[in-house]
Amino acid sequence: MGRPVAIIGVGQTKHGRRMDVSYPDLVREAVLRVFEDTGLTPDDIDGVVSGTMPSMMEGVALTHFYFADAMQAVGKPIMKTETCGSTGVSIAHTAFYWVSSGMADIVLAVGHEKMNEGDSQATMTTVAEPFYQHYFAAGAPGVFSMQSRLWADRYGISEEKIRDAAAYISKTHHDSAFDNPYAHVKVKVTIEDVKNSKIISSPVRLLDVCPNSDGACAVIFASEEAVHKLGREKVAWVRGIGFRGEEYYFGDSDKVVWQSAIQAAKEAYDQAGIKDPKKDLDVAEVYNPFTFQEMMFYECFGFCGFGEAPDMVLGGAFARGGQLPCAPSGGTLCTNPIGATGLIRVAEAALQVMGKAGDHQIPGAKMALGHAMGGIDQFNGVMIVGSEF
Amino acid sequence: MAKEFKTLLNQITLPYELAYGATWTRFFEGMKEKKIYGTKCSKCGRVLVPARTFCPQCFVDADQWLEVSQEGTLLTWSYANYRYFGMPTDPPFISAMILLDGTDVGFLHLVAGFDLDDFDVVRQKVKTGMKVKAVWEDDRKGHIMDISYFEPL
Repeated sequence: MGRPVAIIGVGQTKHGRRMDVSYPDLVREAVLRVFEDTGLTPDDIDGVVSGTMPSMMEGVALTHFYFADAMQAVGKPIMKTETCGSTGVSIAHTAFYWVSSGMADIVLAVGHEKMNEGDSQATMTTVAEPFYQHYFAAGAPGVFSMQSRLWADRYGISEEKIRDAAAYISKTHHDSAFDNPYAHVKVKVTIEDVKNSKIISSPVRLLDVCPNSDGACAVIFASEEAVHKLGREKVAWVRGIGFRGEEYYFGDSDKVVWQSAIQAAKEAYDQAGIKDPKKDLDVAEVYNPFTFQEMMFYECFGFCGFGEAPDMVLGGAFARGGQLPCAPSGGTLCTNPIGATGLIRVAEAALQVMGKAGDHQIPGAKMALGHAMGGIDQFNGVMIVGSEF
Repeated sequence: MAKEFKTLLNQITLPYELAYGATWTRFFEGMKEKKIYGTKCSKCGRVLVPARTFCPQCFVDADQWLEVSQEGTLLTWSYANYRYFGMPTDPPFISAMILLDGTDVGFLHLVAGFDLDDFDVVRQKVKTGMKVKAVWEDDRKGHIMDISYFEPL
């Protein structure tokens, strides 16, 4: 895996509808917080990685140039990483590679999005080419709804049961968001509220879906040598990473026994020495813009067997206080500035193993997983962090 | 919602002229004649639809053309009740993945041909695993929407 790398600090904006700030000032808010958190200055930074979902989201292309000043990257190497919804995890991977390779000691990673400034759904339809898939797969909920039905039918899970389990997930994540000072949606919802909310794309209802958020996240990665030189003790060591892609067309591969998710997690588990993820992980920040899809990730990541997730969810296995708490931050379901989202998952995992997650801290967390998915169910990326190397 | 902060309205309109290339050209010529073409991978033998230049798993040419069945099995579907930018169909509509008989990958299109307004009625009618058949436009332009939709058999 190259040389050891640790996350030494995290900065997030308050996520939400942020029409109070310009886009560069939003990015700067996260960057200032990570400098404050780490006590570092721009002089300490060897390189900067940033990323968004398609730049079309805000109508300004190549935003790493636009934000070079806000990221305090002047005079430094800078690059952009973009893999759609998994962008944030890819930014983290890029920063990791840079430090692990020995080419840099300290790298600043920044993910950002301002979804309320444009037409986010229109932007997402441009992810599908206009010859064929665009007409049927455009707009994320439709695709994820088809995937959910495929899964429920494969394992004979009743519509009532997945509905109940998805509503349970929505309620518990909405509750958790109140304990996360940076979360976007802070609304008390009941199981019945979820089940009675408007149908977006059956079986997906409004409260099964993430919001459009504005937000940014900044994370600083450092080499083992830098960690010791700076005298840092509470850090999150990168223990494993995995990323996999599959065919472009939605109909070309199995999205239930979903190989990109399975293999990305397996690669990261192998590096981290994880044999039984449900036991060996203490917390997981699974990418969950849709309640139904979240359960499929539990299965692909080996948190339970295929077809078992709804029963496990309803038994509380993945709730806070359960066997493997998932998304104690409230997750993507309550906060989704897409280009930042995957990096927020990694940042939240790091905060957990550093013992700095505040009111949503899972007591004693030592090993945590961060994850994001991108494209029309095409890419999955995982990063596992631990309190010890 | 009342506007709380000052904003600049910006609009970008960009026309694109996208080349079909040989494979899409032949596939869409087929659509004009009410034919759905697939191609067979010369290595794994899978029949891919719509037709491809090459197999996305074996990366070798998929150059054996064949007309595939216009009937198939509904693999999965979603009832969309939300207006997406650029979608040709007014909501509500049903996006569907269909396994056309004799092919090996899911083909995306719409399921329709009955009243879609009441979801509870739709839920009773549309079942995964049911057989469906292509219904064509009269005026065909060499476009994926030359198939109006797939209707239950």
